[in-house]
Amino acid sequence: MSQATSTEAASRWSARSWVPILATSAVLVAAMVTALSIGRYSVPFSSVVQTLGSHILPIKAPASETQQNVVWLVRFPRVLLAVLVGGGLGVAGAALQAIFRNPLVSPDIIGVSSGASFGGALALLLGLGSWYLVGGAFVFGLTALVILLLVTLGPEGAPMLMVVLGGVVTGSFFSALVALTTYVADPYTTLPAIVFWLLGSLATATFAQVAVAVAPIGVGTVALLLVRWRINVLSLGDEDASALGVRPGRIRWLVLVSAALIVAGAVAVSGVIGWVGLVIPHLARMWVGPDHRVMLPVSFLLGAAYLVAVDTLARTLTAGEIPLGVLTALIGAPVFFLLLRRNRDRVWDSA
Amino acid sequence: MLELSGAGFHYRGRDWVFRDVSFLVPAGSVTAVLGPNGRGKTTLIRCAAGLATPQEGSVTRVSQVGFVPQAHGVGFAYTALDMVVMGRARHVRLLGTPSRADRRAALEAMERVGVAHLGARTFPTLSGGEQQLVLIARAIASGCPTLTLDEPTAGLDLHNQAQVLSLLRSLAAGGITVLLTTHHPDHAMFLADHVVLMMGVADVRAGRAADLLTDSSLSELYGVEVRTVSYPAMGGEQRAIITRYDEAGRAIRCVKPQP
Repeated sequence: MSQATSTEAASRWSARSWVPILATSAVLVAAMVTALSIGRYSVPFSSVVQTLGSHILPIKAPASETQQNVVWLVRFPRVLLAVLVGGGLGVAGAALQAIFRNPLVSPDIIGVSSGASFGGALALLLGLGSWYLVGGAFVFGLTALVILLLVTLGPEGAPMLMVVLGGVVTGSFFSALVALTTYVADPYTTLPAIVFWLLGSLATATFAQVAVAVAPIGVGTVALLLVRWRINVLSLGDEDASALGVRPGRIRWLVLVSAALIVAGAVAVSGVIGWVGLVIPHLARMWVGPDHRVMLPVSFLLGAAYLVAVDTLARTLTAGEIPLGVLTALIGAPVFFLLLRRNRDRVWDSA
Repeated sequence: MLELSGAGFHYRGRDWVFRDVSFLVPAGSVTAVLGPNGRGKTTLIRCAAGLATPQEGSVTRVSQVGFVPQAHGVGFAYTALDMVVMGRARHVRLLGTPSRADRRAALEAMERVGVAHLGARTFPTLSGGEQQLVLIARAIASGCPTLTLDEPTAGLDLHNQAQVLSLLRSLAAGGITVLLTTHHPDHAMFLADHVVLMMGVADVRAGRAADLLTDSSLSELYGVEVRTVSYPAMGGEQRAIITRYDEAGRAIRCVKPQP
């Protein structure tokens, strides 16, 4: 092959990687507009777009005031929160799977969510503010992650069985601590707050909550996206990474802390919403391959679109509201079973 | 150039793997490390590459040293091209992604090794020989002037062995310094200017291949009778191996051209 053909092949290769990112962005925008439009009080698409436009651009929206309030004050914070939580969990799950070199890893399976929920429950028990909720969730989420890493990670990566077993143990340890927290909580004031928060929901979304979530999830996601190519190198294993001149320690810590930040932010505003961090990276990898330069942004966008869609179902399927965490588990578990069965002989190769 | 002097290594809480190892790999030459299973060839070469640090003695690396591990077909299904581009990690900033120049270097390395046509295939779907060649391409793409290879011909069929051997020879001819481990004395005869024989923990001999690859030292090294015989039918410059196994445990006959 000549020099010219090499260059051509190289640029063709980079252009192709933008297609799935743009496609998923379009899906996300469509899901957001749909979610803003439908519900018990239906708002036409045109009014949704006008309302959003009127808050960004200095124009007057012709939509009625009720429509504007429903779209901007009620639904928009909730949709934004779903984007942050779903996208964050998707990208955190994808990065953790690379670090553990194990496609069965996700924040909830390896006990990080349990750790974070204990930290959050503790903050609620002590009657502390929302920043302490994030802080507690972060500290104990990271603690759970570090415990698992110390127990399971060997030179050949973390064996699948060890990670799943270690995660079950870590998870049940922190679940016991959560149970202890609820046991000692005041049954009239703090106990209901803890229980409803743990169920996992975006029903109480406000712009204030969006502000709480955007910092940890945003910082964690940006950090992961910045090292997206280094994550590729790290996913080859420590030995290979060292042989290629990359010291694995620093990047791994960066990824772990970022993932714990994201999960802490997500758990703090919405409780434990399971399965997103497991199923979404799988789907993304099946679609675009394992290259984290493409796969991480696609996991974020896909996770965001998925949670926006599921949250819309949660509030429109029945007259009441189904807790979001319940619905994602009801959808996620069977989907993951199908994925496992499809790939049971080649979990590594295709996943 | 690469030099070990008085190097000794042991894993934590274990006995020494080797001690007092001294040898020099001159720039642009090929050195082969030979020894029985479990004698510490891989550990020695990892120390040379900087992936392990000897507890005593020193390793001097004048330039950056690339390492080619044994082909290991598991992991995420990156394409062969993506794998080779990762060889450029030394040249990519911490928060950066590979540039067009990095991709071009990777493609050129693949062309040099003859695996450019495999670029779009995923690594786990390649055969063992193809994987090995892709890993070598990855090390070449890194631009390291010294390459260390852990048993580059292990598990390969005769054709692929020949391909890897001729590739390593042309790399050395192109000025790249090569240090490899091997289980094949005939590969060492074909390739190496210098050899390192791991006789025992404190008995690691290094020297010119022509001096050290003798019947007696190879027999001692492997504990089986090894005889080097000339085989005129192969012609003066031909080299080959004939292996005969018998019940008495005699195993190897290396065939070497007459000087």
